[in-house]
Amino acid sequence: MSESVIQVDKLSLTFQTNDGPVHALSDIDLDIQQGDFVSLIGPSGCGKTTLLRVIADLEKATGGNITVNGVSPEAARQARGYGYVFQAAGLYPWRTIAKNVSLPLEIMGLDSATRKERVARNLALVNLEGFEKKYPWQLSGGMQQRASIARALAVEPDLLLMDEPFGALDEIVRDHLNEQLLALWAKTNKTVVFVTHSIPEAVYLSSHIVVMSPRPGRIQDIVVSDLPRERTLDIRETPEFLRIANRVREGLRAGHSYDDVES
Amino acid sequence: MLDSTVAPKALERFLYLSALCFGVLALGLLLLQFFGKPLLVSTSLLVIVAAIVGYKLSFHNSAMAAVWLLATSSLAAAFLLLFLSDIESQGAVGFAFWFLVIASWVLAWASVSRFTEINTLSRGVNAALSILIPLIFGVWLLLLWEFVTKGHDVPKVLLPAPSDIADRFMHSIPTLWADFKQTFIKSVLTGYIMGCSAGFLVAILIDRSPFLKAGLLPVGNLVAALPIVGVAPIMVMWFGFDWQSKAAVVVVMTFFPMLVNTVAGLSAASRIQLDLMNTYAANYWQTLFKLRLPEALPFIFNALKINSTLALIGAIVAEFFGTPIVGMGFRISTEVGKMNVDLVWAEIAVAALAGSLFYGLIALLERLVTFWHPSMRAAAR
Repeated sequence: MSESVIQVDKLSLTFQTNDGPVHALSDIDLDIQQGDFVSLIGPSGCGKTTLLRVIADLEKATGGNITVNGVSPEAARQARGYGYVFQAAGLYPWRTIAKNVSLPLEIMGLDSATRKERVARNLALVNLEGFEKKYPWQLSGGMQQRASIARALAVEPDLLLMDEPFGALDEIVRDHLNEQLLALWAKTNKTVVFVTHSIPEAVYLSSHIVVMSPRPGRIQDIVVSDLPRERTLDIRETPEFLRIANRVREGLRAGHSYDDVES
Repeated sequence: MLDSTVAPKALERFLYLSALCFGVLALGLLLLQFFGKPLLVSTSLLVIVAAIVGYKLSFHNSAMAAVWLLATSSLAAAFLLLFLSDIESQGAVGFAFWFLVIASWVLAWASVSRFTEINTLSRGVNAALSILIPLIFGVWLLLLWEFVTKGHDVPKVLLPAPSDIADRFMHSIPTLWADFKQTFIKSVLTGYIMGCSAGFLVAILIDRSPFLKAGLLPVGNLVAALPIVGVAPIMVMWFGFDWQSKAAVVVVMTFFPMLVNTVAGLSAASRIQLDLMNTYAANYWQTLFKLRLPEALPFIFNALKINSTLALIGAIVAEFFGTPIVGMGFRISTEVGKMNVDLVWAEIAVAALAGSLFYGLIALLERLVTFWHPSMRAAAR
């Protein structure tokens, strides 16, 4: 059966700032299984990006335990155990699209035939064939973000970490990329951890929705979606979809009201 | 050919009018002297016709007007030069001559402003125009210089005419070449390469260790603040009279700009790009070569450009403090003493030419290497 990819146990992270300690994450418990599509949703400042960065070993937790692929996040990072897609495409302007996708492969020391094959395959996966020789600044924002997804996929990780990858794109492009991402997930059985602040996006994509609330960043609710794995955009009109979206919204509200009482 | 002629604006109309007026004035003055100077009479007739025809043409076809004005103003200038070389005592030119100088200069100005009105999508024409316009400007600067120095018989010690300088240049090519070799090829290039590479390598060292950053950056700063007139004699003591001491001065001068710019450039990579390299578990050198150095290139080229002019100045000035009997700085300091100012100007011309070419070469290289940078992308369009 399925096995745990990410196990988080009583995790906390406190930043020391000049204005005193900031509790970015507090008492996080989470278990993500192989093949899950997990969305982290919450208002800004709830620590959803921070949690993703802890998983990726871009931040160090100050308390609790976390394992990624059964090992520490640092060991997982050293083993190139995940692909990370950032909010911005972050492509290197001096490299062509193909060269950008091939960047992690060069760093991993793969030979040029393998690199070429993987670049071609992953660019095809995000529908960017024919743009290999273009430079990033010659493409639209949506195409750039697709190239950055291809770059993350080229590493061929079983785990994909995505930090609001479609946040800066317009609604139509976003819908399209969501569809493509879902198809990719259904096809490859990868584990995806996806940060967003859009309820429809989270419900449409996810098998599990982790609702977070701020100050201190913690988990408010974990909603398990019973929607089928194969979904089309039409599913957003169905009662099941709206029921899940409502539960997520309630979770977000609960987190907020708690915040109001506190302050 | 696009038909997009823009009618002359008020200033340009004033140019045609003044060229016409000065031409008529000159003709009138010459009339009083009973046409004693046929060369000037034909020049004034030429200027008058040029102004009238140019004005008419400018409403119909910018390109034709521009070419017409350029041709006639150049011909007028040639007549005036001929007149100057013909006359016995060069100081004795009258008002008519100066009026004609002004008129033909104004016509050249009008031609430039017509050339700038030419709208075309052809890359070749645009490239030619981008060379032609500054060329007209530069040539007329030299012409005015020539007219003033020859027409007023300015003493050569004060300011030699361009023709005198050119004459001296052609007759002293072996000397100039020897000086160029000594100063530019030996001192400047050696010192530039050593100073720039040293600044670059130290910047990378500094970047690796906070300890060095605290210690070396202030020292670099101190070196940059040293006056060259103090450093040069010391370097002569240390490295002898020959080019090595000049190269050392150049090293001192070019080191700091490269250091500071490279240090700034190495921190130019954005957070996301660095995180990205981290997620790939890239090591220090991979991050340096694949991300941080390309990101630093625009800064490094800035330093290379600044240093290209600094190095030449440094080497020439350093030669004032002891040198074998060759070198551009040596020549300038000794020939000034001998009142051979035209040779000094010839050396200055060599320095200006070499400096501009050096700078231009680096700027060209920058364009090729950092084509992806937003500033270059704008320039390419």
